[in-house]
Amino acid sequence: MSILINKNTRLIVHGITGNEGLFHTTQMVAYGTNVVAGMTPGKGGEWVVEGKIPVFDSVKVAVEATGANTSCIFVPARFAADSIYEAADAGISLIVCITEGIPVQDMMRVRNYLDQKKIRLVGPNCPGLLTPGESKVGIIPGNIAIPGNVGVVSRSGTLTYEVLYALMLLNHGVSTCVGIGGDPINGTNFIDALSLFEADPQTEKIVMIGEIGGTDEEKAAEYIVNHVTKPVVSFIAGQTAPPGKRMGHAGAIVEGGSGLATDKVKALQAAGVKVATHPEEIPSLLF
Amino acid sequence: MKLHEYQSKQIFSRYNIPIPKGRVTSTADEARVIAAELGGRVVIKSQVLVGGRGKAGGIRLAKDPHEAEDIATQILAMEIKGLPVRKVLVDEAASISKEIYLGITNDRAARKPVMMASSAGGVEIEEVARVTPEKIIKTHIDPLLGLKDYQARDIAIGIDLPKEYWKLFNQITNGLWLAYKDCDATLAEINPLVITEDGRLIALDGKMLVDDNALFRHPDLAELRDLDVEAPAEIEARKYGLTFIKLDGNIGCMVNGAGLAMTTMDIIKLFGGEPANFLDIGGGAGSDKVAAAMRIILADSNVNAILLNIFGGITRCDEVARGILVALADIKTKVPIVVRLVGTNAEEGRKLLSDAKMITAETLVDAAKKAVAAAKPELVER
Repeated sequence: MSILINKNTRLIVHGITGNEGLFHTTQMVAYGTNVVAGMTPGKGGEWVVEGKIPVFDSVKVAVEATGANTSCIFVPARFAADSIYEAADAGISLIVCITEGIPVQDMMRVRNYLDQKKIRLVGPNCPGLLTPGESKVGIIPGNIAIPGNVGVVSRSGTLTYEVLYALMLLNHGVSTCVGIGGDPINGTNFIDALSLFEADPQTEKIVMIGEIGGTDEEKAAEYIVNHVTKPVVSFIAGQTAPPGKRMGHAGAIVEGGSGLATDKVKALQAAGVKVATHPEEIPSLLF
Repeated sequence: MKLHEYQSKQIFSRYNIPIPKGRVTSTADEARVIAAELGGRVVIKSQVLVGGRGKAGGIRLAKDPHEAEDIATQILAMEIKGLPVRKVLVDEAASISKEIYLGITNDRAARKPVMMASSAGGVEIEEVARVTPEKIIKTHIDPLLGLKDYQARDIAIGIDLPKEYWKLFNQITNGLWLAYKDCDATLAEINPLVITEDGRLIALDGKMLVDDNALFRHPDLAELRDLDVEAPAEIEARKYGLTFIKLDGNIGCMVNGAGLAMTTMDIIKLFGGEPANFLDIGGGAGSDKVAAAMRIILADSNVNAILLNIFGGITRCDEVARGILVALADIKTKVPIVVRLVGTNAEEGRKLLSDAKMITAETLVDAAKKAVAAAKPELVER
C-alpha cells in the first residue's frame, strides 16, 4: 500500500514536449511510472520517449483514448491555471502541478473550482509524489529513497530530497513522499496528507517538513493531537529567517506575529511531535 | 511589488473611486504651480515606499502656493527610513469629519480574498486590529463570483455608515474589488477613506501591492517598479533569476531551493555561525547563473567564508561546478569555500573542483561545521 499513486496510476503529462516535461517524463518512465499520454496543444499526433507515448492536443481526448486518471503539469506559469481546469473538466481525479510562479489569484480561483468538483490537487510549485519501487509523478529523484514504512510530507523541494537521502543512508524506507509545495494557496495540505498516512496500513511513522509562513503547521499540530496515532517527526525550515523578508517561496513570508518558526515548533512539540534541529537528525528521532 | 500612493490612487480613480484633486511632481517649482491651480490649502505628501511618512515629517499642510514650494523643497531633500524622497504628491486638503479603513487582501487560510473595513480608520489601524479586532468587519469574497452588493451593504451596516452614503460606498467597494482583481493585487487599501465635512466620500490615501508572479500580464504595472527600495545586489540577482537577500553575518551561502537555503542558514546558526545572505539559485541553474551568484556573494566584504550546498535534482552538480570555476577565474579570492555536492552528476562536479583548493564536505552537518570554522576572522587573509 501507499497513498495517492501506485502501480495502477495512469499518468498524462501536460507540457510533455517542453524541455522539463520531456526530461522528467523520461525519468518517470525509467522509474516504472505508467505514463499513458502527453498533451501539448499543437503537437497532437506526435509520439515521444522512443515513440512510446502518444501526444494529444486535448486532455479530454487523451483521457478517452488512454484511460488516464492522473495529471502531471509542467506547463509555464501563465498557462498553468488553464491546464488545471482542463484536467478537472476532463475527469482527472488527481492533479499534480509542478509549475512554479503561478499568480496567487489564479490559484484562489483554481482551488475554489476544484473544491466544488471534489478533485484533488497536489502543488503547485512542488516536486510531486514518489512511491518508492512503484511510481513517481513529478521531479523527485528516484534513487534517493527505498520502499518502507515512513510517510513523508513536505512543503519544500530540495529540502525534501535532503530528508529522503538522510533516511535512505540509515536504511529507513518510505511508503510515499508527498511534496505539497511552498505556495500560499495550494491543493493538498499537511492535514490531508496526515489523514491519508494515518489510514494507510503500510505507513507506520510520519515525517513532516514545514517552513515559515502561514499557519498550516499549527493546524497540522492540532489535527495530530486529535486524529493521528502514528508517531510524527518534524523539521521546520527558516528558524533564522528575518521577519518580513520573502525567502523565495511565495509562502515563506513571516507575516507579523504569525508564521514564525518558533510558534510552529512550539505547537508541534505540544502535540507530541519530535522536532529535529536539522534534517540529518530526523532518522535518529524515528526510532 | 509595492506601488506608490499616487500610482495606487490613479488606479483607484479609474475604477470610479473618488480621490482628491492633485498631481505628483519631482520639483518644488511645479509643486507651487499645482498648489496655485488647486487653490486654497494643499497637502504635500512624500512618495516613498515605507510606512510612517507622516510621523517622519514627510506629509505637511501648506496654506498657499508659496508655502507649498517651501515645504516641497524641504520634503524633496529628505530621506525617510533610508529612502530618498524623489517625488511629492500635491493634493487638495480635505476637511475631514470621519476616517474609515477599507482594504482587500488574500486570506491564505480561507483561500479567498477578504474585504476588511473599520469605522476607526487612519494611522492607528494596526493598533485597532491588535487591541479591538472586533471593530474590524471582514467579508470573504468568492473568487469565482466576485463581490456582491449585499456584502458591501453588510460592511456599510457593520461600520455604522449612515444610509445616505451606502450607494457611494457600494461604488467604492466594487471599484476596489475590481482594481484588486484586475491588477492581480495582493493588497488594495484605502486608509483613510474619509467623509468630508461637505458630505463627500474620498480615498485620501491609497496603497497597492501587486503579485510579482502576475507581472507578465501587467507590463504597464511592471514599469512602475521603484528600484530605490531594493538593495543593488538584490536587483542584480533578479536579473539572473536568483533570489538573494542580504543578511548581517559573514558566511556567504549558495543553495538550490528556498527550503534548503533556509535550512542551510539555520544549520550555520545552529553551529555558531552567522549567514551573510539567503541565496537560492533555483532549479536547473546553469553555469552563468552560478557564476553571477558567486560574484554577488563575494561583493559583500563581510563574507569570510562561503558554503555551497547543492542537492542536485533538476540542477546538475557538474554545471554548478563549471559556474564556480568561471567565477573564480574572473575574481581571484582567498575566501575559503566549503562545497557539498549531492545528487545528479555530483561525482563529475567534485572531479571538476578537485584542483580548485576547496574544502569538501559529505553531510550538511559536516559542511556547516567546516564553514563556521573557516569563517573565524583570524584565519582569513584576503
